[in-house]
Amino acid sequence: MKVYIRSAVSISAQNTFGNAPFLKDIIEYTSPRLKAIEPDYKSYIDARLIRRMSRIIRMGVTAAKESLNEARVSMPHAIVTGTAYGCLEDTGIFLSRMIEQEEEALSPTAFIQSTHNTVGAQIALMLQCHQYNNTFVHKGFSFESALQDAIMLLQEQEATNVLIGAADELTDASYAILNRFDIYKSGPVNNLNLYQSPSPGTIAGEGTAFFVLSDQPHSHDLALLTGLQTFYSPSGPAEISKRITTFLAGNDLNAEDIDLVITGKNGDAVTDELIDQWYNPLFKPEQQINYKHLSGEYPTASSFALWLAARIIKTQTIPLAINAATPTHSIKTVLIVNQYQNKYYSMMLLSAI
Amino acid sequence: MSANVYIAGLGVISGIGNNVSEHLAAFEKGKAGMADITLLKTRYAHEIPAAEVKQTNAQLAEKAGIPEGLSRTALLGMIAAKEALADAAIPNFHSLRTGLVSANTVGGMDKTEDFFAEFMNDNASGDLLQVVNHECGSVTELVANELGIKDQVTTISTACSSSANAIFYAARLIKNGFLDVAIAGGVDSLTRFTLNGFNTLMILDRHFCKPFDENRQGLNLGEGAGYVVLVSEKVAQSLNKQPYARLSGYQNSNDAYHQTASSPEGTGPYLAMKGALKKSGLKPDDIDYINLHGTGTANNDQSEGTAIKRLFGPRYPKMSSTKSFTGHTLGASGGIEAVFSVLAVKHGIIYPNLRFQTPMADMPFTPVKDFLKGQTVNHVLSNSFGFGGNCTSLIFSKA
Repeated sequence: MKVYIRSAVSISAQNTFGNAPFLKDIIEYTSPRLKAIEPDYKSYIDARLIRRMSRIIRMGVTAAKESLNEARVSMPHAIVTGTAYGCLEDTGIFLSRMIEQEEEALSPTAFIQSTHNTVGAQIALMLQCHQYNNTFVHKGFSFESALQDAIMLLQEQEATNVLIGAADELTDASYAILNRFDIYKSGPVNNLNLYQSPSPGTIAGEGTAFFVLSDQPHSHDLALLTGLQTFYSPSGPAEISKRITTFLAGNDLNAEDIDLVITGKNGDAVTDELIDQWYNPLFKPEQQINYKHLSGEYPTASSFALWLAARIIKTQTIPLAINAATPTHSIKTVLIVNQYQNKYYSMMLLSAI
Repeated sequence: MSANVYIAGLGVISGIGNNVSEHLAAFEKGKAGMADITLLKTRYAHEIPAAEVKQTNAQLAEKAGIPEGLSRTALLGMIAAKEALADAAIPNFHSLRTGLVSANTVGGMDKTEDFFAEFMNDNASGDLLQVVNHECGSVTELVANELGIKDQVTTISTACSSSANAIFYAARLIKNGFLDVAIAGGVDSLTRFTLNGFNTLMILDRHFCKPFDENRQGLNLGEGAGYVVLVSEKVAQSLNKQPYARLSGYQNSNDAYHQTASSPEGTGPYLAMKGALKKSGLKPDDIDYINLHGTGTANNDQSEGTAIKRLFGPRYPKMSSTKSFTGHTLGASGGIEAVFSVLAVKHGIIYPNLRFQTPMADMPFTPVKDFLKGQTVNHVLSNSFGFGGNCTSLIFSKA
């Protein structure tokens, strides 16, 4: 069975949504906090509803709808979402009011919208979709779990078109708390030379990406998703290397067959160096591209990587913001090896159709 | 890919018991778990009844074998997961491909809501240790790491259907050849966040709930954890005892009606039950017992009842809501009630629907009022219907 990526839509800290040219107008950030650029929602969501929805729900629903548009699918057979933090804005609102008002005179809206499955549920509601609907909430594997579920549904022939995506947001409160864990850069930051500054910490991102996957080919498909595998807390570069080569071998590929390798470098000196340790013996420098200087780091950032890989294969171009070198040959195979907190590793393989 | 998946082990903790045998005793005695809230600090302690697990975090930690400072959600989950694994007693467990698919809705919110009070006044205050395991996934990870499970660990959160979804997702991982064994189910602990959230929806009964009763006034919240150990056909054959049951059917459908209310026609519930039957190859008449979602709210019971009326009849299976004992354990309910459903199949028992007095006006069936033994229970349908229209039905059958 083949898995076709019929569409890929991203709302991120860059101009990635709608008709924006493919990563041309890059936004420079000089703070460690990147903010998702929200589109004009009016053509996607009823005006009266927009106001009541929190950011993450607006973004997720819009990206989902646009990915259905792009795929020319009106009703998916399943909706699967992934989110590590869930609906933080509404959670924060309800929590603070509950504390301020000492558990009295509270209104339900924020509570209702705070549950992790709200994005998936709102999509179903808008589409009147009664089909399979699931939400994964497992840290750096939230997106990958959703992908795994989607692929299994296709394999089981429970679905021919699956709408699958991830969303995570930053709020002032969540950023403040995460920052206290010393995971972001202190001192001067510029996302455009993120990998050149050997200092600890990364930059915070947020966003959503949605895809329509199918087991049937269609004329506007972007790429094939030929492999997905995750592994947790590897012992070191030797294990990572072995897992990659085994994964590739399972697809009859060697390291040199891969046209592009998207890594999970995020500017943190320690983890970027760890990536070099398994990357350098296995792949060549010209095969490497990175994305977190554009998206920022967050648990479901690998969904941005999948969007990027699919777009690169479809357009057969690599945006200047990613890689200075113009490809001299066609881009047939792209491997994503993402890492999050050096614990959550995922490998995704895409190929041209 | 159509291989059978068996249930080889059970673990459960709730307001009516700390393990499987305590639950069976409570069911037989008709001893419900609702009471005044004594453990959670809330202004509603004597106003809103709930079915708390009658153990402090210190007591739970001792049973769980993990530090007391961890989220109550992790403590409860650990206890039930360990019981299930010990019960399954799988030979060569660590040489098999094992997974943990857990579910919860609150994550570490019990700790976060304490942290947030300080943090709100001053962003630099509040103990970071209280939020390090805030995420739903963190709770699962704590359990997985303790049990030595690394492959295929994930967490599902779909409101009240969460752990039912976790169970059949785990079964599919086995069927699709990713795993040999999976611990699946869910957990939730009582928090001010959820208590107040449900209170604002005005669906909390100020008395002990009466599911499927004409004069029901809402639900009681509960807390706890329930896990099953699922195994492949091959592993089932290697066990030293007979498996409890087989997961013969499942379906996840969406009501797509409203963020919190269920449709009057019971669309989501109807599709979930119908789909589960189709998957199991069974007819409605084959079902011996329905473990109702039965929260006791005006809306759910009417919606679920209507769906049952549409799908079953003229002969209706026996049915009851064990939430009349445990309260609504939210993310744990699918898992806890899966354990009860499996025990029903194994032991030929049917649970009573406590405090039932008056049948719902337009429903041609009434729930079971007494604990029944020596019953023929070949197939049990277990319902879990939640916010966001997420509806899941599971069918457990004789092994």
